[in-house]
Amino acid sequence: MRLLKIELYKLWHSRISKVLISGYFLLIFSIAILSTIKVEFGPVNFYLAEQGIFNFPYIWHFNTFMIALLKVFFAIIIVAMIGNEYSNKTLKQNLIDGLSKAEFLRTKVYAIIAFVIISTLLVFIISLVLGGIYSDYNELQIIFMDLEFLLAYAIKLFCFFTFCLFLSLLIKRSAFALAFLALWQVIEGIAFGLMKWKLSDLIPQLSAEQVFQFFPLNAMGNLIKEPFSRLSAIQNIADQIGEGFTKDYSISLWSILIVLAWSIIFIGGSYLLLNKRDL
Amino acid sequence: MSKTLLQLNYLTKKYGSLTAVNMLSLTLTRGKVYGLLGPNGSGKSTTLGMVLNVVNPTSGSFEWYEGSLTTHQALKKIGAIIERPNFYPYMTALQNLTLICKIKQCSTDNIEDQLKLVNLWDRKNSKFSTFSLGMKQRLAIAAALVNNPDLLILDEPTNGLDPEGIHQIRKLILTIAAQGTTILLASHLLDEVEKVCSDVIVLKNGVKYYEGPVKELTQTYGYFEIAAENKKQLLSFLETYSALGEIIEENGIFQVVATKELSSIELSKDLQKAKIVIIHFTKKQPSLESQFLSITQTQKHAST
Repeated sequence: MRLLKIELYKLWHSRISKVLISGYFLLIFSIAILSTIKVEFGPVNFYLAEQGIFNFPYIWHFNTFMIALLKVFFAIIIVAMIGNEYSNKTLKQNLIDGLSKAEFLRTKVYAIIAFVIISTLLVFIISLVLGGIYSDYNELQIIFMDLEFLLAYAIKLFCFFTFCLFLSLLIKRSAFALAFLALWQVIEGIAFGLMKWKLSDLIPQLSAEQVFQFFPLNAMGNLIKEPFSRLSAIQNIADQIGEGFTKDYSISLWSILIVLAWSIIFIGGSYLLLNKRDL
Repeated sequence: MSKTLLQLNYLTKKYGSLTAVNMLSLTLTRGKVYGLLGPNGSGKSTTLGMVLNVVNPTSGSFEWYEGSLTTHQALKKIGAIIERPNFYPYMTALQNLTLICKIKQCSTDNIEDQLKLVNLWDRKNSKFSTFSLGMKQRLAIAAALVNNPDLLILDEPTNGLDPEGIHQIRKLILTIAAQGTTILLASHLLDEVEKVCSDVIVLKNGVKYYEGPVKELTQTYGYFEIAAENKKQLLSFLETYSALGEIIEENGIFQVVATKELSSIELSKDLQKAKIVIIHFTKKQPSLESQFLSITQTQKHAST
């Protein structure tokens, strides 16, 4: 708790991080704005909230997926929180003042955990309220179905933030770390393309998808699959044009394990970096 | 309460092929004021970096409080300023010191006294980023003192300051030393060290050249500056005189080191007996500066 307090003290007294953090949590509420989207255009009368996106238990899937997109915003805070410690040389001063390297890393990881918990709670509350208003089904049993999406959301965020932590410790400068994060997304995409193209020729037993699931960003993406094609409205259309499909949307234990393994690798890697480097 | 605060055993740091600190052994005991002397790049900051947990030693070891505390626990009882003051620019002086108290797990009661000591109490609610370098350095001293440290480590505390700032910092160091705090002052400014320190450690190229009291370093038998009408006559006299050592000629004046206790009266009487006409004669005590130069230039290895 002492370590968490130290980190929160640092964040709380910085106006920029205060604005960014409250901005992030406010953005989470913006999902509620979706409920007000109404399109009335002649014969077309479209009311998004009534298309079933806020139906229990589907809402857990939809909201966790949508709100998780905002994590990129919070990544800026994480990266800045480390980058500033390097550029102000306060990391060095913290160590001189008697914080051990492991303790320093723990202040950051605890802060991440705290924000993931707050974020997850907010998603839970917002979904519960939105679902309460718009859902067609209100039986308790249905409401609390598929709550594992919240767990997946928390794990996905935690892993993503530890990735940011690791990158910013590796690169030290906030802007470059963010750029590298974007670049990494592209690298994963290119790697997947290359594997799809060549891998089956080289190792016939292995498909590109099998390897790709281990890539960190893709593994995080796999945790919560896109929810749109699950909507009954869209499935109806697909059925009508004869493209009916069934897809498994549930969260697999396997993908949770992969993502957790990455989190451990990122935190461990961060510790090694801190320990090995001279400041 | 352990008397030994810090002990270094054959501490070595290599940066690639460069050896910044080479097999350095030292013991710091409570109650003394140490000067760590050495030219720029002699390994002073690297040595301090290692004992302060920010530089990893290549080999060798060090222990705080005779090994009874881990490094980071020990550092909570130490105050240290390294080269530049590092604080959170967006926090005020007071907030920065409060954060340091949280890290050091010490009470915040001391903050007011320390800010007053360094003359920053009026600016306690100003952001660190608005401070001048002198004020930043003074805040760093307040920060280092906030936990009533057993040992205060100062690395080039007057670097980059204007004359007034230098004067303020020196006065502060003297005040702190007078309170009985153990201090380790790293500097390349010799007069700074001579004024404050009881003991000196001389480093060059990462090797220890001298360790001991300042007095022993400056208290030698002294040296004479002599000039005569007849130089040849004087030189042959000096060369054969038993209590004198090395002779250097500079602008027609011979500088000659005494190797034994030798008074000016004794030497000048002997010169009279030899019928040498003297036109210049003084006995001098070497300054720390001249001793420092002679140590780092002549000796090849540490005497211990």
